[in-house]
Amino acid sequence: MRARDIPPSAWIGIIGITVTAGAAVFAPYVAPYGEREIVGDIWEPMSSTFLLGTDNLGRDLLSRLIYGARTTLAVALAASVLSFSIGITLSFIAAATRGVVDQGLSRLNDLMMSIPTLIFALVLLAVLPQSVWVLILVMAVLDSTRVFRLGRAIALDISVMEFVEAARLRGERTIWIIFREILPNALSPLLAEFGLRFAFSILFLSTLSFLGLGIQPPTADWGGMVKDNKDGIIFAVSAALIPGAAIATLAVCVNLVVDWLLKRTSSLKGGRDDG
Amino acid sequence: MADFFTVRDLRIAAKVYPPGERPRDMEIVSGVSFSLEKGKVLGLIGESGAGKSTIGLAALAYGRGGIRITGGEVLLDGEDIVTFSKRDIRRLRGARVAYVAQSAAAAFNPAHRLIDQVVEATLLHRLMDRPSARARAVHLFEVLGLPDPDHFGDRYPHQVSGGQLQRAMTAMALCPNPELIVFDEPTTALDVTTQIDVLAAIKHAIRETGTSALYITHDLAVVTQIADDIMVLRNGQTVEYGTVSQIIEAPKEDYTKALIGVRKSRETEATDQSGTLLKVENVTAAYGNGVPVLKDISLHLPKGQTLAIVGESGSGKSTLARAITGLLPPSDGRILFDDEVLPALQKRRSKDQLRRIQLIYQMADTAMNPRQTVSQIIGRPLTFYFGLRGREKARHIAELLDAIEMGEGFADRYPGELSGGQKQRVAIARALAAKPDLILCDEPTSALDPLVAEGILDLLMRLQRETAVSYLFITHDISIVRALADSVAIMLNGRLQRFGPKSQVLLPPFDDYTDLLLKSVPEMRIGWLEEVLKSRHITSAGN
Amino acid sequence: MTIFSSDVTKPASTPAPPGFRKRFPLATLIAQRLGLSALLLVAVSILIFVGVEALPGDFASTYLGQAATPEAVANIRADLGLDKPVATRYVEWLSGALHGDFGMSWASHASVSQQIANRLGNSLFLAFAAAIIAVPLAVGLGMVAVLFRNRVPDRLINVVSLAAISLPEFFVGYLLILFFAVELGSVPFPATVYRGMPLFDRLEAIALPTATLVLVVLAHMLRMTRAAIISVMASPYMETAELKGLPSYLAILRHAVPNAIAPIINVVALNLAYLIVGVVVVEVVFVYPGMGQYMVDAVTVRDMPVVQACGLIFASVYILLNMMADIAAIIANPKLRHPR
Repeated sequence: MRARDIPPSAWIGIIGITVTAGAAVFAPYVAPYGEREIVGDIWEPMSSTFLLGTDNLGRDLLSRLIYGARTTLAVALAASVLSFSIGITLSFIAAATRGVVDQGLSRLNDLMMSIPTLIFALVLLAVLPQSVWVLILVMAVLDSTRVFRLGRAIALDISVMEFVEAARLRGERTIWIIFREILPNALSPLLAEFGLRFAFSILFLSTLSFLGLGIQPPTADWGGMVKDNKDGIIFAVSAALIPGAAIATLAVCVNLVVDWLLKRTSSLKGGRDDG
Repeated sequence: MADFFTVRDLRIAAKVYPPGERPRDMEIVSGVSFSLEKGKVLGLIGESGAGKSTIGLAALAYGRGGIRITGGEVLLDGEDIVTFSKRDIRRLRGARVAYVAQSAAAAFNPAHRLIDQVVEATLLHRLMDRPSARARAVHLFEVLGLPDPDHFGDRYPHQVSGGQLQRAMTAMALCPNPELIVFDEPTTALDVTTQIDVLAAIKHAIRETGTSALYITHDLAVVTQIADDIMVLRNGQTVEYGTVSQIIEAPKEDYTKALIGVRKSRETEATDQSGTLLKVENVTAAYGNGVPVLKDISLHLPKGQTLAIVGESGSGKSTLARAITGLLPPSDGRILFDDEVLPALQKRRSKDQLRRIQLIYQMADTAMNPRQTVSQIIGRPLTFYFGLRGREKARHIAELLDAIEMGEGFADRYPGELSGGQKQRVAIARALAAKPDLILCDEPTSALDPLVAEGILDLLMRLQRETAVSYLFITHDISIVRALADSVAIMLNGRLQRFGPKSQVLLPPFDDYTDLLLKSVPEMRIGWLEEVLKSRHITSAGN
Repeated sequence: MTIFSSDVTKPASTPAPPGFRKRFPLATLIAQRLGLSALLLVAVSILIFVGVEALPGDFASTYLGQAATPEAVANIRADLGLDKPVATRYVEWLSGALHGDFGMSWASHASVSQQIANRLGNSLFLAFAAAIIAVPLAVGLGMVAVLFRNRVPDRLINVVSLAAISLPEFFVGYLLILFFAVELGSVPFPATVYRGMPLFDRLEAIALPTATLVLVVLAHMLRMTRAAIISVMASPYMETAELKGLPSYLAILRHAVPNAIAPIINVVALNLAYLIVGVVVVEVVFVYPGMGQYMVDAVTVRDMPVVQACGLIFASVYILLNMMADIAAIIANPKLRHPR
């Protein structure tokens, strides 16, 4: 895997993600002002003091954006890691054992997928107490359904290959088969799927915050920032578009990297060319 | 008689995309020349990669993927179709030159009726009006031996069988009265007994209409029955070119001789009974829905010998292998291995029982994990069954590589880097590593070229001589049976038709099915097809 | 006397006539889908009602928040009927729902069904308008991408659609508002509609929300229709058509299109989820009086009857649309229309 094998589009994505991650990790050192400090007038335009202007309460937009990166990335990452773990574990168990376990899990998954994610999230968030952990859990559980479906399809695809049967006939244990035969062949598509889930989590979290049901103010979060500043649109104040653009940019970067990973997924079957 | 189709010094190239380099052209057909008289058939013979399909498609000025004609002339009635404009090429295809694909099932559109597709080219090129085209199609259905010719065309592709579809495709090619038809391995995907019918039907149809044909195949015995001239191809170059009697009876080149020699049967038969290794007693098995796929099968295999299980698709031969390995537990009967009853379920068998029975698959591509190297693949049984590690394991791996006639350099290669024959050898090494008593070979050479297959069979026989391992050899190819087997079992629809030592099973008197099966194997003799047809009095109806 | 392979190989028994399932695979499959969807609807209703109850967080205390004294809680519970057992409440709720009565809103004490009756039409109108623009566009652009595969138009479409699927709906919405409503002033904002509004005014009001929805859904659909069409174009029967001398347009029309219907219907179905979710966000952005806004407001104040009713309706619409798409795909399959 050499550096020049990576296409330029993927490089853009990688750089974008790295910059955002850097901002998130080093937020206190990088941000010019505090997260909740009121430093100027409401909706001041961009200037040398406030590089991106101020928001609806007079806080520096750039600083909030940087701190917001921290919140958004942390929550989105936690949710995707959790959803991925749940989804992959369950789907691989289902694919490897087949039978009743598989049927039961699949039916349950189908049931949960028959309600659109946002609607389901709204219903759940109406009931549950409001906290970041609840948010992460709800996002993770709902998203894991898609991971389950994909993971199961991949695992099944691979498990009907004869080398899996050969391993079973040898007498290998199911765990060994999952980790040594199935998983190495599933790595590339799974990695791409993780990327997709991460991009989705970013967008989903932002949407929930925008609707007022995600991260609660005054914690900076990109979706919430859009909500805070949306009233300015009518007055041609574009403050709300800046966090929106940040969300979009990050999602684009992740999707660029995912696109590259998907292209790299090699086929498993060798071919015999016909002459 | 003037040559109506001539190819002169044809060169065809394909675009290749080597990783890390710029895409470039690779020549896949280098300077091939031949000519065809009106009404005659030219057989193009070769192994995969020889370029025969590519040359056949060049007759339609077509190249799949990035393939294009880079040099030479393709003259149809004196005109060089390589220089034709796009419009002229479209006018040529389906009207003057027609194509019959290898898989008719895939080549037909599932959304339209057969009759509409059969007359489509004829109507498109305005050669006849619809009623006449329909009438001609029905006539061709009759000539090709399809059932109920008047209404056959009203069906959809998924409603008729593979053999019928292949004939329908031939009718589609013949309908516009083309000057030349290119047949691209039309019978390769069919069962042996169906193959004969389709071959006879094609021969009859093209003789009756006086059409010239290019017949592409890798099976020399099949082409002998239908061609007037034969051209042997290898790696895009002509090896030998002559009349069918010249090629078959007096081949000049070594490669041609090797291709012909593939069918020679070696009369071997072990007779000593040093004890029974495997005994199958009254086994009946069914899949989940209760439909029985094996019905009361009883056979046995003495130690150190080869039992060939013969049958066509659907006969149950692969299912028998699954029952023996324990993947499909029998609902009745039992299986004895070395005088011990084997647990019906694979999960309940001991590690040692599993070790002593190994399996080799038909498609080596999917039988090995593409992310493991050759030494990892071969080495796993050594670790798993015998606990070998480190230097001792490496030594054993080297020995196994030697046994399969592959050098130590292959140890770190991945399956994707190997050829079909090499992959199958590695699969054999993997089976050998367990030091088994019985190896189940499930059609291990069906997907390989004839010469490569020959090498694999030689290897298997040599290994048997050296290690006294027993084989259960599943195949549909009678010539392999004649060459390798000590005892033979013939299966039909889940039942055992015949079982016994080879000499007994393959000698008359025969039941109807065995008779049909044995007669359906084409022999490399000119005129064999006519003999078989005479003895079967075929007039109509079809499979 | 003719001996033919088929005579010898077939067993000499007369098979029983195939059962209903084999003779009418189409009807059987459709009936199965209908039954499955009904079952799914019931299961979803149980999930929404009962499952939500099983979660931690007592309604009454959460609803009252700071003012949750034990007496107040007990009163509220009696008031809202929360003291009855779950099963009873579920049955009451479901039978009410089937008659179109979703009970009383906790916040406004008005009939939920009344509000829904006003708003459901609006949401459906918006979604329908977006779908009717997005689907033909997706198919058309998908075809363009395939015809110019790997050349400039295709690459452009690929890049733009990749960017578009990364844009949150509210971002697109506000962008459009800023540009068209505020700067250019060509369309009204917010997008208020009311009963009895003339059609043209209504269309003008929903122009921006529809555009937002279309942009978001189009991007997702486009990538999938392109993949579906490529898969159909790569089928062997397309090569057969070319080898018969058919010009490209005829080959595509006669051979590709009939086989592309099923996969494209599949794509549309998959994207319905985006449409329904998009409607919710778009309604909030444009302050459009639809079900989406109703539900979001209700969730914020934890008005459970409204939340459950809206959740059920959204889910039902989604399941229904999926079922219709499934059935359409089944009918489009020639192997099922003409059984052996």
